[in-house]
Amino acid sequence: MTRSRLGSWLLILFGALYFFVPLLGTFEFSLRYLRGVYSLEAYRIVLTDPRFGATITYSTVLALATIVMGVVLVVPTAYWIRLRLPGLRPVVEFITLLPLVIPAIVLVFGYLRIYNSTSVLPLTGSERATDLLLMFSYVTLALPYMYRAVDTGLRAINVHTLTEAAQSLGAGWPTTLLRVILPNVRAAVLSGAFLTFAIVIGEFTMASLLDRPAFGPYLQLIGANRAYEPSALAIISFAITWACMGLLQVFARGAPGQVAGTR
Amino acid sequence: MAQVTGSAIGSPPAAPSWVSQLSWTWVGVVPFFVFALMFLILPTGFLMVGGFQDGQGHFTFRNLRDLFQPTILSSYLISIKVSAASAIGGAVIGFALAYAAITGGLSTWVRPTLMTFSGVASNFAGVPLAFAFLATLGRTGLVTALLINLFGFNIYGAGFNLLSFAGLALTYMYFQIPLMVLIIAPAIDGLKREWREASANLGASTWEYWRYIALPILSPPLLGATLLLFANAFGAVATAYALTGSSLNIVTLVLYAQIRGDVLHNQNLGYALALGMIFMTGMSNAAYIWLRGRSERWVR
Repeated sequence: MTRSRLGSWLLILFGALYFFVPLLGTFEFSLRYLRGVYSLEAYRIVLTDPRFGATITYSTVLALATIVMGVVLVVPTAYWIRLRLPGLRPVVEFITLLPLVIPAIVLVFGYLRIYNSTSVLPLTGSERATDLLLMFSYVTLALPYMYRAVDTGLRAINVHTLTEAAQSLGAGWPTTLLRVILPNVRAAVLSGAFLTFAIVIGEFTMASLLDRPAFGPYLQLIGANRAYEPSALAIISFAITWACMGLLQVFARGAPGQVAGTR
Repeated sequence: MAQVTGSAIGSPPAAPSWVSQLSWTWVGVVPFFVFALMFLILPTGFLMVGGFQDGQGHFTFRNLRDLFQPTILSSYLISIKVSAASAIGGAVIGFALAYAAITGGLSTWVRPTLMTFSGVASNFAGVPLAFAFLATLGRTGLVTALLINLFGFNIYGAGFNLLSFAGLALTYMYFQIPLMVLIIAPAIDGLKREWREASANLGASTWEYWRYIALPILSPPLLGATLLLFANAFGAVATAYALTGSSLNIVTLVLYAQIRGDVLHNQNLGYALALGMIFMTGMSNAAYIWLRGRSERWVR
């Protein structure tokens, strides 16, 4: 028993090294901007670059829009499937897993072809429309995570009983969804939301191919042209990811309906 | 009499109300299916059809045949190698980590900590991940420098190159391992302690427990997760692009260049390239479903 426990600790130690060493390496590298001394010069340069502020604002707004759209699309669908159309579940689940099967680069290739400026729906015709297309691209990317999170949340509550209770008290569908179902799956929705944010904020492929000024393409541009700034940016990106996951822990805890979580 | 009249009056509207009930039920999922059609089915379908057409829109197999020209074929092979190596490595290490944290009898903080860190690391991919590995294992990276200074061992002298198959696989594993931990943890939770105790009572060794109980139960989620990791790596663009520029000829980077500037000088060959990628990731998922069906027979 002790031997196997030692083995377990060694494994965890190995995992911790794999996790921390690259971060440590990046951090150390980011401090090397001035020859011979460690300094935060690379961070200063990055943070005062106007493109940094512009791109990260753009990506944040886009991420928030993606989350709202994703919730509006997924929660009613998952609820309705559980309540009324359980026979359709395999089909819907299959569709929600498609973004894991079809690579993002293939999806965006398809968008560029069918929504080009000469098509019926020229979503790449203007900048605003392309922003909209990029948002829908991100909703697609986040769909597997959002749907699974929400569906797990719904499994933990009794959808039928809650709906009947709400309706016998006179609630219509919007009230039932907004004030009964949604609060009960709040933790699940939030975990889907933070995952979505973490996916969207530094996404490169779709933003780059749709030619929008997002944070991901900016990172790539700096990476191709600078030496130490990329490391500083990597640390900042990592901090953002970390913040998303930290908030996920804070908000998801203590929320009603978090039965689906770990034992 | 009154009842008969009642039902006679009641029944004609009953049919339309049943019909409208049914259609209302379906209306609830219309937005989802419209979305799926617009952003998943149609774009993919367009490429799949385009892969079978020539420049004039006539049906042809020529594009698919052209995929087997040496440069494109080799890009598929490198992609498959990198994806398979990082998926298998990630699956083995990720499973071991999750199993150690969940059933290893470690302190209670280990598991939630591992899960949190896995959540972070599995999302730390793309361009920043490439920067991190360049800063760590690049020619002037921290670990590279440390190994030279401490042990006089130059990994680049020993043939390692971050901008190569091994380097890319190692980098991908940074998100593959934690992803595996997250995916496989519920399955490990599903292993009941009683099964282990029951098998021990019946005289089974640890090996026999794994061979006849744990692995048959875990093999569907294990294989499924591995195939998921494979598809995950196969479609990755950003990490490889930021890490290697275009020096490593993997299929996503060829497709990226094709979308940007038609480097293949044939739009339809580009569609076929995308079709080939869907085929690869689709097959790995189909294989998963087939394997799951097979092993479920044994579990039952």
